[in-house]
Amino acid sequence: MMAVTNSVVAPALSVENLSVTFQTRKGPVTAVNDVSFHVNPGEVLGVVGESGSGKSVTGLATMGLIDAPGRVSAGRVVLEGRNIAGVSDRDMRGLRGNRIAMIFQDPISTLNPVLRIDTQIMEAITAHERISASAARARAIDALRAVGIPSPESRLEAYPHQFSGGMRQRVAIAIALLHRPAVLIADEPTTALDVTIQVQILGEVQKLAAESGTALVWITHDLSVVAGLADRIAVMYAGRIVESGTVAEVLTAPRHHYTAGLIASVPSRNRRGQPLAQIPGSTPNLANMPSGCAFHPRCSVSSEICSTTLPPLLHDPSGRFMRCHHPRQGA
Amino acid sequence: MIAYLLRRLGQSALVLFTMAVLVFLAVFALGSPVDMLASPDADQAERDALAARFGLDQPLPVQFAAFLGNALQGDLGASFVYGKSALAVIGERLPATIELALLALTFSVMIGVPLGVIAGLRPKSIAGRAIMSTSIFGFSLPNFWIGMMLILLFSVYLGWLPAGGRGPTTEVLGMQLSITSLEGWRHLILPALTLALYKSSLVVRLCEAGTREIVTQEYIRFARAKGLSSFRIIWLHLLKNMMIPVITILGMEFGAMIAFTVVIETVFAYPGMGKLLIESINRLDRPVVVAYLMVTTVIFVLINFIVDLLYVALDPRVRLGGPNE
Ligand SMILES: Nc1ncnc2c1ncn2[C@@H]1O[C@H](COP(=O)(O)OP(=O)(O)OP(=O)(O)O)[C@@H](O)[C@H]1O
Ligand code: SF4
Ligand SMILES: [Mg+2]
Repeated sequence: MMAVTNSVVAPALSVENLSVTFQTRKGPVTAVNDVSFHVNPGEVLGVVGESGSGKSVTGLATMGLIDAPGRVSAGRVVLEGRNIAGVSDRDMRGLRGNRIAMIFQDPISTLNPVLRIDTQIMEAITAHERISASAARARAIDALRAVGIPSPESRLEAYPHQFSGGMRQRVAIAIALLHRPAVLIADEPTTALDVTIQVQILGEVQKLAAESGTALVWITHDLSVVAGLADRIAVMYAGRIVESGTVAEVLTAPRHHYTAGLIASVPSRNRRGQPLAQIPGSTPNLANMPSGCAFHPRCSVSSEICSTTLPPLLHDPSGRFMRCHHPRQGA
Repeated sequence: MIAYLLRRLGQSALVLFTMAVLVFLAVFALGSPVDMLASPDADQAERDALAARFGLDQPLPVQFAAFLGNALQGDLGASFVYGKSALAVIGERLPATIELALLALTFSVMIGVPLGVIAGLRPKSIAGRAIMSTSIFGFSLPNFWIGMMLILLFSVYLGWLPAGGRGPTTEVLGMQLSITSLEGWRHLILPALTLALYKSSLVVRLCEAGTREIVTQEYIRFARAKGLSSFRIIWLHLLKNMMIPVITILGMEFGAMIAFTVVIETVFAYPGMGKLLIESINRLDRPVVVAYLMVTTVIFVLINFIVDLLYVALDPRVRLGGPNE
């Protein structure tokens, strides 16, 4: 008999070798390429990358929400121990909003403009539970109160346009957390909001997710958001995760040169007055992806091999990994 | 809201007055009905007496003032042909036309919305492409020709449906309606379908474009992320947003539809007010033509008003105004 030690927590979500391909006029493009990450219950994973690096597509693919002309061309999405990539529409519908939820970037357009708030909350409850209308209503009120909407009873019959952007995003968060999902994917939900409201909402989501044991995948292009929020971080570049590790490791000692460039371009207090280091060049076009390491045209230490061969995944014993032929040494 | 309604009412009054002037002038240019009414061998004295009886000997502004004064009291003159109030003559034919136009409108929504939504959801599918290319035919084939083809097929060749006329009527709320009987439906279905065809194509195109735009909206994506069924997403989230432009356009088009009954009623020998108009023009029955034009103007104005109300009912952003944080 073998002794079974279960010291390792099973991840709430584990994405394995996920690829998403879009059929375009210029041929197929791979927007998400061999992406793997996991997030444990109660943990916060920050996914960082420039615009177009494939963050949203990764989130949508995880939810099973990629539409034609796109499709998940490879990989597994393991939610609470079960592979949900390729399950039937019907099964997926039962999981969405229930075990795995997602909120989006633009709070103005995330709620249906012609339906009342109570309709939009209660339908999310009854989609997954047999429950009376009055009980659903009570749940809706509680959910709104939990996200800090004042006198929720009186706001239930309002329409989205009667709420501010921040309030609408709170409603969306309340809806996403109704069923205490195992995973919440937050796709830059605060980017469009005022800084003060961003901070409030960030804090509230973190608190609520922690209370319900929900694993949080926080997508952003803003490293400073992740720094204060996440436990671990995954850096995306041109459809791939190029580096991943704990926030402290990655931010203090980036190993990938793209991560280092990102960090250097974040304005920070102790470097005030100095010019910001911008990464030279621009993000590559998907249809015209550089060979080898996609970052090589912009990398200051690239060598011959960088332009010919895709760097393999290098694993650190600590669980950290990166894709680079010449990783930076710890600072 | 009240101010808005009052403004609309003022606009409507202006439209009606303008229409009254135009109608009066246009009809005046139609020719003198005396030629039609007087017997061929009438002498000038008899003709003058006839003109005087109908007020046709007065100068134009005086005739118009009299016309306007009477019109305001609901009197648009007596039909030269039927010898009774022109409005009453129109009123007898109005239910037939309204019945036809409303049924056609219902058909165009019932056919156009589902097909448009299917084509919009699956633009690349065979069904989607077939729907869109068929809708081009609906647009480009002349309606009267389609009407005649339908008559040929269903009445002459198959013998399933009557070739024209109107079925038996029963009185409902003071109106003679034929949709109450099967025989009535058998008479109505071909002209209504013919009339609906063009509008169905329009609705298909509107709904296809609307669906394609709406499905890319974030609120649809969020609705899916909530785990709602496709049924609910389509029939509530999508349709409620789409009906706003569809109703606006259909409201405007309903007026055009009533106008177009003139052609359809002639093709199908359907005794509505469109056919009456053609007959009255041929007989120079000026009061009936005037009454027809004024009644249709009132209908247009009413429809616009109803569309406004529906629009307000459907779109909370119009109904309730901006944010009140
Ligand atoms: N429907 C589509 N058809 C073709 N390409 C697409 C489609 N949707 C996304 N892409 C491509 O996938 C790539 C990744 O897009 P994605 O939206 O995931 O970027 P992102 O990292 O979320 O950027 P942002 O910070 O701007 O939100 C983009 O280059 C985009 O061109
Ligand atoms: S693989 Fe080469 S080009 Fe890419 S980041 Fe590393 S050193 Fe730079
Ligand atoms: Mg994005």
